Formats: sequence, C-alpha cells, structure tokens
Amino acid sequence: MSNPLKTEVIRLYKNLLYLGREYPQGAAYFKQRLKSAFMKHKDVTDPEKIKQLVARGDHVIKELEALYFLRKYRAMKKRYYEPEK
Amino acid sequence: MSGRVLVGVKRVIDYAVKIRVKPDNTGVVTDGVKHSMNPFCEIAVEEAVKLKEKKLIKEVVAVSCGPQQSQETIRTALAMGADRGIHVDVSGKDYENLGPLQVSKILAALAKQEDAQLILLGKQAIDDDCNQTGQMTAALLDWPQGTFASEVSLEGDKINLVREIDGGLEHIKINTPAVITADLRLNTPRYATLPNIMKAKKKKIVTVKPADLGVDVTSRLEVLKVEEPPQRQAGMKVETVEDLVVKLKEAGRV
Repeated sequence: MSNPLKTEVIRLYKNLLYLGREYPQGAAYFKQRLKSAFMKHKDVTDPEKIKQLVARGDHVIKELEALYFLRKYRAMKKRYYEPEK
Repeated sequence: MSGRVLVGVKRVIDYAVKIRVKPDNTGVVTDGVKHSMNPFCEIAVEEAVKLKEKKLIKEVVAVSCGPQQSQETIRTALAMGADRGIHVDVSGKDYENLGPLQVSKILAALAKQEDAQLILLGKQAIDDDCNQTGQMTAALLDWPQGTFASEVSLEGDKINLVREIDGGLEHIKINTPAVITADLRLNTPRYATLPNIMKAKKKKIVTVKPADLGVDVTSRLEVLKVEEPPQRQAGMKVETVEDLVVKLKEAGRV
C-alpha cells in the first residue's frame, strides 16, 4: 500500500472502531465484523480500488451515525411524547 | 453583548441501558454502568454550535456539575463544537443530593461571572425527569425563558421561539439575555466522531467548586426510597362471559 493511502485506511479503521462501541448488537460483534471486512481486502494494491473502498467505509460511518440518531430519537419520542392519533 | 452562550450538559446513565435498583432501595446502580450525555443536552449543545456557525454568537461554553467523570461529558460537548468547558466539581454525598435547585444556582452564578447572553439547556434529564433547572435558572436571574423550544431564531437583541405545548405550537418573542430549554425536535445533534474528540483535547476545561461561586449545595430534599415499578401481572384467558364474571367477583372487582 502506498503511504498516504495507508494512513487513510488506518484512520478509517480507527473511526469505525470508535463508532462501533455503541453498536446495538455489541462492540465485540462489531469489531469482529469490522476486522474481517478489512482483512478481506488486505491484498488490494491498486490505489483507485483502495480509494473506492475507503469511500465505502466513509459511507458506512454516515449510516452508523444515522442509525444511532434514529434509535435515540425514537426511544426519546416513545418515552416522552403521546402517540399520535 | 458578550455573544457568549452557556450550555449546561448532564452526565446521565445511557438511554439504552436497563436500569437496576440497588438492593437496599437507596438508589439506582451506577457503578460500571455506561454513562453518556443527556439526549436533550446534546440537542442544546447542537443548537449553540449552530448559532456560532451562523456567526450569531461568539463563544460556546459547556458547563457540567458533578464528579471527575463529568469532564468526559464536557469533552463530548467540546468535540461537538463548544469552545471551552467549565467543570463544577461536586462529588460524593453532595453529588447524590444534587438537584435542579442547586444546579440552577450554580448556572446563575456562572452566567453572571461569564457575562452570558444566553443559557441553553435540555428540557429535562432522562434520569430524574425534573424539567426544572431551566425554569429555576431563569427565575434566579430574572431572565425571560423559552422552554420546550422546537425552533429558535435570533432577531437583533430579541429571540423568536416556537414552543411545543399540549395542543400545538406557541410562537413567542423574548428579550435577551434569556434561558432556553431544548425539546426533541429542535435539531439533529451531530455525532462526536473520533477526529473531533482528538481536536477537542486542545480545548480548555476549568474546574471550579460550588463554594467558589458562593453557592450552597445542601439539598432541601431527602430521598426516602427508590423502588422498581410494580411488575405487570400476567393476564388470564377465560372461555365464556360467565367465567369472566366469576373471576371478576373472585378478585373483588364486581
């Protein structure tokens, strides 16, 4: 892997790992899946492909943030607000 | 106007955790339990940061009252965009008895000390559900209050607010300085991602004691007992209406 991309990939892994702490099915489950997902592509050398995979990873980050927000919003709404007729 | 906003954030047990009552019924189990920022406080921080991004205010100061761990909650607020933090150190018995009255006295003292233009709070905490701190703070400072805010806009030295009330929405205009409490639909709080948390480490958190602010934190309330809500009884199925009447009579309901 070329050097600037290497830091990108490591950054992505760290960010995803941090986000995974709050995963509904457990942080351990998330870490296991995250590791295997990264290991699956460990032999990729084409910079274009790597950039694509990193972009996909960034997309997953956004999806996780949206998931966490929706979970929290729905829980708060259910607890504190009357159900709409 | 200083253009400074004080945002109160509270460290509470995470919303997704199943709460357990302590065997001695004096409180709830908090040791080793996941804690995070109160969801309504997150909304308040987001609103303050949004106002700063729109250049309507100059500085966001995050405040939290509690033990050493409250600093983590302040760090989250800093990662979301607050500029600096103030940790009011309250621990042990004082912390167990800390309630809205003491916190509002602390916030009022800080507002005067920091020359705050606006205080933003969550409408209530998900642990005690008091919904009092914002209102009490406004009363102590003799400031107008906009509670249950679902929309906030600054117009000169006044604030236009939409409040969520039973039966609909109320539009009000209040003067600054003021206290606003955030309701669920005010905004969508941003997630404090790892890069933001790293950047926030450079921001300052100052620790003060309530006594430094001239605030007495003794509580006027005493918790007698904490217990779980009664378990739901299992339902019973009956075959006929006559059976139902017999069962109701047995239970003394008819």
